Amino acid sequence: MKSELFGFLFAMWCLIIIGGGIIVTLLGPISVSGFGEFDWFVSSMIQAVIALVLVVIWILILSKIKNWVFKKEIKL
Amino acid sequence: MIDLLIPTIISCVAALAVVYIMTPPLIKFLEKQNFTVKDMNKKEDVMVVRPGGPAIIAGIIISEIILYAFLQLNEILAILITTSAAFVIGYVDDRKVMGGWFKPVALAVAAIPIIALGTYDSYLVFPLFGAVQIPVLYLALIIFMIPITGNTINSIDVLNGVASGFMVIASFSLSLCLFIVQNYEIAVVSLPLGVVSLAFYKFHKVPSKIFPGDSGALALGAMYGGIAIVGDVEIIAAVALLPAVINSFLFLSSVKRVVEHRQIKGKPVEHTVDFKLQATDDKKAPVTLVRLILAGGGPMSEKQVGFAIFKLAIFSGFLAVITALMMGVSL
Repeated sequence: MKSELFGFLFAMWCLIIIGGGIIVTLLGPISVSGFGEFDWFVSSMIQAVIALVLVVIWILILSKIKNWVFKKEIKL
Repeated sequence: MIDLLIPTIISCVAALAVVYIMTPPLIKFLEKQNFTVKDMNKKEDVMVVRPGGPAIIAGIIISEIILYAFLQLNEILAILITTSAAFVIGYVDDRKVMGGWFKPVALAVAAIPIIALGTYDSYLVFPLFGAVQIPVLYLALIIFMIPITGNTINSIDVLNGVASGFMVIASFSLSLCLFIVQNYEIAVVSLPLGVVSLAFYKFHKVPSKIFPGDSGALALGAMYGGIAIVGDVEIIAAVALLPAVINSFLFLSSVKRVVEHRQIKGKPVEHTVDFKLQATDDKKAPVTLVRLILAGGGPMSEKQVGFAIFKLAIFSGFLAVITALMMGVSL
């Protein structure tokens, strides 16, 4: 079996580790005040939006890596 | 930890025995009922019975009830209810072909017991960087996790023995990781998943005598997802599942919508004259893990492709263990 698949697995793993770092750094410190009892809700919404953006970026990067790694195979 | 030894042994022996003893009569029963499908990768018209889900769920239920009798953890109840619900959802799909959105939506509902029983921790733990608390976002994660793991295992159930064999490797890797992160009770709770998969693999391997069906694959996948959540090892579980995740990712990124595999017109794999598998030239066919393996390695037998997937599973299991070891390290 071609080593590209193992390479792609490894790239996914690296992206998970790096993504984890970004999530902890970006989402962890988010704390909003000024909305009274809705502080937690606003914080959560901001976290959700950032998480969604990060997931979309993660998928886009993965797609680029996939197209690059499997250039020959995907154009079958 | 020593006090967990007896429940571990009894539950694992029960899981193995139930699936091992129950599957042959289930095969006979399904044959009598004519619940068979054609094995598409055999030269002759070979009919194989399905679903093997009832034997799988019986093994899971009995072993987890034994563990509950010893440990009395709400986590076991949550896993048990979610897995059983996933089995029922899969069984409905086995009997009546449902739309592409049925399983994801129904599996999201199946995740509710995990939330209702409060068997989760809203911290998401990452290797090297520590944990982040995401209370509301974590609820969404639970709702998404069960459909993702369930459908991911279901989508890799394409060749004889692959879904069960893959689950053996992924779930034992996850159990090992749970021991590494010192979550011993959930590690013990997770062991029957690997044992049940192993027992079922005996009947599912090439040439299959029975297919797990959606009921079996969804039950295995949902239990895996449930263990990941209650064991607080979501990231490690995702790493151990990477080959199956790649398969779903490749499929979705080529098809660009949530769709039942039955609705796909182009087939990713075709047969040579001697009935080996080879990647298709059809540009409309979805890109899958099996197609990529064949595109890189030429025509292969079904068994060879299965072993290629198992090699990838072992590699991702190894990465999962490294990830678990990295959980104790912080930058």
